[in-house]
This record gives sequence, C-alpha cells and structure tokens, in this order.
Amino acid sequence: MSQSDTPVLELRNVTKTYSVKQGLFGKSKPLTAINDVSIKLARGEVLGLVGESGCGKSTLAKILLGLEAPTSGEVLVDGQTLGGQDRLALARRIQPIFQDPYSSLNPRKNIYDIIALPLRVHGIGDEASRQKSVREILDIVGLPARVMNNYPSQMSGGQRQRVAIARALIMKPEIVICDEPTSALDVSVQSQILNLLNELRQEFGLTYLFISHNLAVIEHLATRVAVMYLGRIVEEASVGGLFDAARHPYTDALLKSVLTPEPELGIPDTHLGMSYPNPIAPPEGCHFHPRCPAASDLCKSKRPTPLFDPNGRIECHLHSP
Amino acid sequence: MTLAPSTNNVDPLLQDIVGPTPGQQLRRRFFGHRGLMIGASVVAVLLVIALLAPVVAPHDPYAQDLLARMKPPVFLGGTWEHILGTDHLGRDYLSRLIYGARVSLLIGFVAALISGTIGTAMGVAAGYFGGRTDAVVTFLINVRLAMPVVLVALAVVAILGGSLQVVIGVLGLLLWDRFAVVMRASTLQVRGREYVSAAQAIGASTPRILLSEIMPNILNNLIVVITLEMAHAILLEATLSFLGLGVQPPTPSWGLMVSEGKNMMLFEPWLVLIPGAVLFVLVLAINLMGDGLRDVTAPENRS
Repeated sequence: MSQSDTPVLELRNVTKTYSVKQGLFGKSKPLTAINDVSIKLARGEVLGLVGESGCGKSTLAKILLGLEAPTSGEVLVDGQTLGGQDRLALARRIQPIFQDPYSSLNPRKNIYDIIALPLRVHGIGDEASRQKSVREILDIVGLPARVMNNYPSQMSGGQRQRVAIARALIMKPEIVICDEPTSALDVSVQSQILNLLNELRQEFGLTYLFISHNLAVIEHLATRVAVMYLGRIVEEASVGGLFDAARHPYTDALLKSVLTPEPELGIPDTHLGMSYPNPIAPPEGCHFHPRCPAASDLCKSKRPTPLFDPNGRIECHLHSP
Repeated sequence: MTLAPSTNNVDPLLQDIVGPTPGQQLRRRFFGHRGLMIGASVVAVLLVIALLAPVVAPHDPYAQDLLARMKPPVFLGGTWEHILGTDHLGRDYLSRLIYGARVSLLIGFVAALISGTIGTAMGVAAGYFGGRTDAVVTFLINVRLAMPVVLVALAVVAILGGSLQVVIGVLGLLLWDRFAVVMRASTLQVRGREYVSAAQAIGASTPRILLSEIMPNILNNLIVVITLEMAHAILLEATLSFLGLGVQPPTPSWGLMVSEGKNMMLFEPWLVLIPGAVLFVLVLAINLMGDGLRDVTAPENRS
C-alpha cells in the first residue's frame, strides 16, 4: 500500500465499555458506549458522524483525541497505533473543536493566553514569535488582533467559537475533530462558522471528523457520512448516496425527522415511536428492532452482520444477501 | 492575584482596547462592594493594630497593679488612664485586648493556611483523578467528620500541653474537612468543562492543567472557605482558651480574657462583653470579606 493510500486516521474494531454502578452497593454493569466500530478517514475528506444523543458520538471523539483509551481495538494515525505515539506528537496532529464555546474557553484567561497555550505547552517559539502566530491565526479566523486582551465573557458565542478554532489550528494539525461545533450557536452565526471551517479545510488541507446531529450541516460539509446507533455504525455512504437513497431504516427515519420551514407540512413523524433504548441493557438481535417499522422475527433474534459494498457499508437484515 | 492579565509584554499598539481592562473592572467592583469594603477595613485595622501592638498599646499587658484592680472603662465612669479599665490583676484591659488580637489573628491565619493546604490538595486530587483516589479521600473526610473537633482538640492539648504552637497545629490538622469537601466538589464541576478537555487534547501536563486551568476557576470558592475557616479557628482558639486548654496565661488571648472575666460576670459584665464584642466583630468582618471576595471574583460577573 502506498503512502497516499494509508488512511490518515483509522479505527479498527474499537470498543469502549464503561462499568456503571447501580446504587451504592449495587453491582457494576457494563455499558458499551462504542461497539466494534471501524472507520477510515482519507486525507482531506470530511467524514460526518450522525446519530441521536447518547449513541456514543462524543465518546468516539474522546478516543480519537487520546483522552480515553479504547477497551479493545486500536486507533491508527497514519498507519501507526495511537498507543505507540507520544502524547505531544499526537496533539500536534489531532485537535478538537468542541460543541459549547461557553465551556471550552477558560473564563479566567484572556484570548491571547488561550490561543497561545498549545505553543507554550509544546515550547514552540519565544514570546515574540508566539504573539506573531496568535495575531496571524486571529486574522485567519476573522477576529481583530485587539481581542487578544479580552476575556471570553466579553465576546459573543460566534466570536468564542472562532477563538476555539484558532486554538485548534495554531499548531497546524492534520486532523480536526469537530464535536457539534455549531449546535450551541445562533442560527445566523452557524453558517458563518461552517463556511469558515470549509475555507480553512481547503486552505490548510485539513481532514475533518464532523460530529453532528444536524443533517443539514452534514450535507453541507461532509464528503462521507457514518450513521451511529447505540454505539454501532449502522450505515456508511457518500453524502450523495446517503441523502438520495438511505438504506438503513434508521437513516431513513433521521432524514424524515428534519424540520422544514413549511408550516403546512406539520411536525414530521419519524415513526420511531418509543424512546431510545437503555444502553446498559440493549435489545437482543438487531439493536434497532424495537423501533424499526420493518422489523421481522429474524431482527429480534439475530444481529445483522455488516455488509461492505461499493456504496459503503450497511448493517441491516433487509440488505443482507 | 492570578486575575491580572499576563500580557504585559504584548505590543503596545494592542493595548488600546475599548473600555476598561479586566484589571480596572476588578478594581472597580472591589471598591464598589460595600460589605467587602467594611469587612476588609475592619480586618485591616485590626491587623495593623496587632502588628504595631508595642507602639499602640498604652501599657504593658503583663504589668500588674494590685492597687488598681477592676477599674471600670471610661464609659462606665473610669479614667482615661485605663480606657477600657483593668482586670482582676490590675492589668490594662485595652493593652491586653491589643496583644490578644495578635494571638487571634496569628492562629486564624496559620491554622487556615495549614488546613487549607491539606484540604485543597486532597480535594483537588480527589475531584480531578476520581476513582480510587476519590474513594480514599472521601473516606478520610468521613473519618474526620465523625470526630468532634472540640473534644479531639481538648484531648490533644491536654496530652501535649497548651501552647500557641500546639493550638495552631491541632487546629490546622483538624479544620481541613471543609476545604476538602468544597474543593473536591468544585474540581469535579470544573473538570467536566470542555476547556479542561481542550488542554488535555493539547497535551498539557497534569500539573499545568491543575494549576492553570482548574485552580484559577475554583479560587473564589477557596477564598470563601479560607475566610470561614479562619473565623472558625479564631472561635475555636477562644473556646479552648476559655476552657483553660488553649493559650496559657499570662499570654493575653480574647478567649482567656472571657474566661478570666466570667467569675465577675454578674458584677462587672464589661470584663466579658468587651473581648466578646471584639471577637464577634473580627469574625463578622472576616466573613463579610469572604462573601465580598466571592462576589467580586465570580467569573459570571465579568461582562
């Protein structure tokens, strides 16, 4: 395999289990947050990851950032396992942008200190060159240099998110994990941030893993989409393929659940019915069968095996050969 | 403090931001807070008096004058020679009160410092690392909470003998529980914020995260607990001295003065009331200061 074919980021059969204690003296039960997930990210692409709250998206982001160790399976960056890499070296290649810019910036530090922290931690440059880098990156994310002395509370949500982006990009990483970067922002600001992220990707040749529950955002930015349900990737396809012809009933329901601005269409009914299952006691067979409109007896007893084809992957009995 | 911006070396052209700098805002809020101003002034005045005791005190606090015993204070018909009167050994009451402030403030500061260091280290470690560390610290806190402070202090002082060092040591080793509880809870809260995850993802070391991301954000809670525990230590010293197991006579201490005056309380109530009132004022002032500092430094005030 040549160098360019090696995925810049790859997860191989990654599983993450937490043990949850029930009550003070209760028994610990395993909670499988991520179940046998394999993903590949090619250089320069944007993989969108969608799913409901609690399906394991953010846990996946933490594993990719090296903040949590997977229970089993491995994470590879440029073909090398994560465990074998120096923490600092890894930090230079993968950086996060978090969901809530009100919580991702330390309220006690000014903007200069926040953005310069990666340079300080990695001992890059002296104070004068750090100042220059911070000013450059502020210009790139569209903020005036004078905000350097401001504190986060003096800024708006959109400005804060620009600061968070500046902090993530100041070390010129290759991969950026965007964990719902626009869901805490006003609608009017969301598109500005998304356009900024898109421009930055083209300018610096970044690879994004873009986590979101907003399908419109995914359609706008991503090149490929993975759909997650209860810790498993149930479908993966190119953006065009997924939005035109969703194969998994869950993907279909997600697409139908998007609200439209047309009032006469009413609130869409996803037919998902009952609420999200308890991840401590996931349903037998296919995890999705209690909510699936097309569930058969087979789905209740046997877990579907993932099927790989030119379109991507699918994990559903309806599409089994 | 840590709140001042650390960008003194930034290009002077960048300094022309519109509006007041955070330092100016902090100063403005600091001086605009009435409770904080009152509390801090009282504590500052008492501190200066205590430090300058040999200069300020009109008499030697140990000098007895058996011919001038139990002189009433000026406002009860005494003379200006002894403004607050004299005690049962003829010692000047005002001078003893001034020297007693040294004991109270010293015990308050040092005991809060010792217990604050122990409790903060334990609480932050428990909150940040969680798991087994947390279980051990929580157990230690529970053990400590199960011990009656006054009884343990009395027992230790009875065994080791009462002296200033022993009282400070005992109180310092006994009063860390609230620090540990509050710091653990605040650390747990701050630890979940995304800026901590961001610092971890940057590759910052654990000491750096604790010192520059966690500590500044739990400092306001720490300040409040420090003031509460300082007041608590001062009151406990007074209690121990009152019971005869704290600071030993003839060292002047407010608790000891209340204790020595209690036999004459019905006839000469001012012997008890004066040190009691000063103790009350000091504790109230420290608590006002703590409340005020919390209000002033809370980051949500920063707009």
